[in-house]
Amino acid sequence: MSDDLDDLKRAFDAALPRADPDKRAEAIALAMKNFDRVQESDALARQTSEPTREGGVFRGARQMLANISNRGFLTATTAIAAVAMVALIPVLRDSQPPEPDIFIPGEGARTVLESAPVADPAPVVEEVPEAADVLTRDAPVVSTSRKFDPSVRQSGPVNQGRPMADPSPQPPAPPAGAARNRTVAPASPGAGGGISLETGVLNLKHSAPAPLPDPVIVQPEPNTEAFPEADDNPIKVTAESPVSTFSIDVDTASWAFIRNALNRGQLPPKDAVRIEEMVNYFSYDYPAPEGDAPFATHVGVSNSPWVEGTQIVHIGLQGILPEARPPMNLVFLVDTSGSMNSADKLPLLKQSFRLMLGQLGENDTIAIVTYAGSAGLALEPTKATERETILAALDTLHAGGSTAGQAGLQQAYATAAQMARDGDEDAISRVILATDGDFNVGISDPDDLKDFIADKRDEGTYLSVLGFGRGNLDDATMQALAQTGNGIASYIDTLAEAQKVLVDQLTGALVPIADDVKIQVEWNPALVAEYRLIGYETRALKREDFNNDKVDAGEIGAGHQVTALYAITPVGSPARMTDPLRYAAGDAAPVADDTGELGFLRLRYKAPGEDTSKLIETPIMADAAPLAEADWALAIAGFGQILRGSDLIGDWSMGDAIALAQGARGEDAFGYRQGAITLMRLAQSLQQ
Amino acid sequence: MRMDVSDESLARAAADGDRQAFALLVERVYDRVYGYAVKLSGSRTEAEDLAQDLCAALPTKLQSFRGEAKLTTWLYRITVNAARDRFRRAATRARAADGWGDWELARQAEMAETAERVDWLMQAMSGLAVDLRETLALVLDGVTHKEAAQILEVSEGTVSWRVSEAKKKLKAMQEAEA
Repeated sequence: MSDDLDDLKRAFDAALPRADPDKRAEAIALAMKNFDRVQESDALARQTSEPTREGGVFRGARQMLANISNRGFLTATTAIAAVAMVALIPVLRDSQPPEPDIFIPGEGARTVLESAPVADPAPVVEEVPEAADVLTRDAPVVSTSRKFDPSVRQSGPVNQGRPMADPSPQPPAPPAGAARNRTVAPASPGAGGGISLETGVLNLKHSAPAPLPDPVIVQPEPNTEAFPEADDNPIKVTAESPVSTFSIDVDTASWAFIRNALNRGQLPPKDAVRIEEMVNYFSYDYPAPEGDAPFATHVGVSNSPWVEGTQIVHIGLQGILPEARPPMNLVFLVDTSGSMNSADKLPLLKQSFRLMLGQLGENDTIAIVTYAGSAGLALEPTKATERETILAALDTLHAGGSTAGQAGLQQAYATAAQMARDGDEDAISRVILATDGDFNVGISDPDDLKDFIADKRDEGTYLSVLGFGRGNLDDATMQALAQTGNGIASYIDTLAEAQKVLVDQLTGALVPIADDVKIQVEWNPALVAEYRLIGYETRALKREDFNNDKVDAGEIGAGHQVTALYAITPVGSPARMTDPLRYAAGDAAPVADDTGELGFLRLRYKAPGEDTSKLIETPIMADAAPLAEADWALAIAGFGQILRGSDLIGDWSMGDAIALAQGARGEDAFGYRQGAITLMRLAQSLQQ
Repeated sequence: MRMDVSDESLARAAADGDRQAFALLVERVYDRVYGYAVKLSGSRTEAEDLAQDLCAALPTKLQSFRGEAKLTTWLYRITVNAARDRFRRAATRARAADGWGDWELARQAEMAETAERVDWLMQAMSGLAVDLRETLALVLDGVTHKEAAQILEVSEGTVSWRVSEAKKKLKAMQEAEA
């Protein structure tokens, strides 16, 4: 086998293009120039301050700059970049040593990636939920240029030429709401004179005294976010593989994540965009199920807005909303590690929790387990009506220490088991993990962790995951845990999102009505030439998994809706991307069709707690009417495909998505759809 | 004569301000980063840009190299991270695999002789998932499995698995071709 590799290696050596010698020389010259600058400034710095101390602060600041730039801030407008820079000024004021002038090519600045952690004074600037507001306010009177004007940083109370001030950590900036219009004392050009502080990574010229915006949208932590990687579902040829199988997905974390990224002036990474989660974030006017079935299945067919000559098959599931919800045993497993200590993490979690408390009644029981350094029971199982006790326990939660989740997870499940024993036997037990990411549970193998959670799921305890904050959110692990635990993964970036997830959808989020819901569509080759499932990339199942009840799949909660979209190309359509095979048997003369069915939809689900699945079958009729509010789902799916850089939607643009969405907005009682249109417009600007 | 000096001692000397040492080091760095990136992306310009960026930032980055890892390991790690970041970002402009498409055009003009092999190569690489491609690019650069594990921050077993998986896939592609 190693011969293959040698072959490949030889092929690479022989065939890959060599670097252009001029470009190489240019790059090396640039590196040398930067090297000289670093040396010069080091020499200068050592004369005035302690080298060790200086290194730390200095490097911290520089790494922050590198981190900022690599996050794609440069892809945003210069005004956004300027805001980000101004936000850094409080730290820089305290760091006296000269910063070397490093030239990094525009593109390059973005890609320079520091893997080392930032120095201590990092949490200078809070990431705030209202980032969008701040961004859209009047741009500050600053312009960006290659030079950092020293006067800006000298506006603080520092003396030139003295050993630098002790770099005590800056207090976190107040949340934006509190200090919206705060201005910083204007810098007087030339004040203090002396050493010029130049960074060169992203510079800012400050011409006149100008109000500085609040420090926002800067994340100093190193980025260790992880997303599940999945390529777009390809176009399938019906004659070759007529069957498409996937598990449903009711998560909406991706939408919140995209919103957060766009509000901070970045296009979300492709792998963070899961179209089915975007579409499912919104509610649609699907008719409620009749009779005993836990959910109703609806199928609609409409013309594709993206590619002329293709159609959309729209599958909508509507879960039943029971009148009385069963009692719940909820164990909150709260990550109180040091990294949770920012406004959009632990404090937001506490606020969200208060909101949710209002939705719980006397039959519901709550416990809180924390993990960080050591795991502990912060709140014994308590009736949800004992608000004072619960709120007091909540207030004692403080972020600190490093993460050690395994003990926490075990304790949470043990507590849930105890609650199940002591309480109402109909109660639904659920562990809700609230974390900012890196769920380092100490179970070294992720598969062991999944097995552990799957065992507990089979014993009747579900797991949901609430993600908070940005920086090291491990979206991939969150997804995996929630999928394994038959729960949902939500990403909570604002109190409004907490309201949606924990208040409006509380019952659905916490009361399962059907487990392991799988969808299988068999397409009719006589009518459908090609098909493509939009989204659900991370949920694909094998054909044989459909009938295998051992294979896990997604659950539907009370009142949940699930929407799946297929783009299909009818036989004979000029939009067909693949040519029929010349030699394949039977393909030459297509069978005439008298069924009028595009395909056949099969659904399997298990009632909660049961081992055997039930089957629902529905033909997909070619003349089915479009589903209610289909256009909205298509606008959102189109938006998602643009964000993922799909090449299968022709030249359909963000402008088209906005137009379609505006026409399909409908009643929009809570403004979620208007919010989506705003995001599309933001994305449109960022794309340019 | 200094050509034989190890990367680590060059790095240390450079960090202490030895200009000549840095000059030697940066040349090695450029070639290594370029070599890795071109395997990963198939695009000469992408690889050149990445190499330039990393070299430009090297003086600063060297200060954060504390010598606890081998320099090559450390360097590959920042390269892998920078490449991931770049290609992930690039996804909004063009899909990462498209680099192989650009290059295909240039190739046709350039080397008719190796066409067959290159064709296969192109398909093979772009057919692999990113993690397999990353791992394979490292191993093809002569990095040991153990080192690749440190660079990618996964276990050695994972690296070996990925390599064998990549081989399996390549073989399957070869057979599909034949």
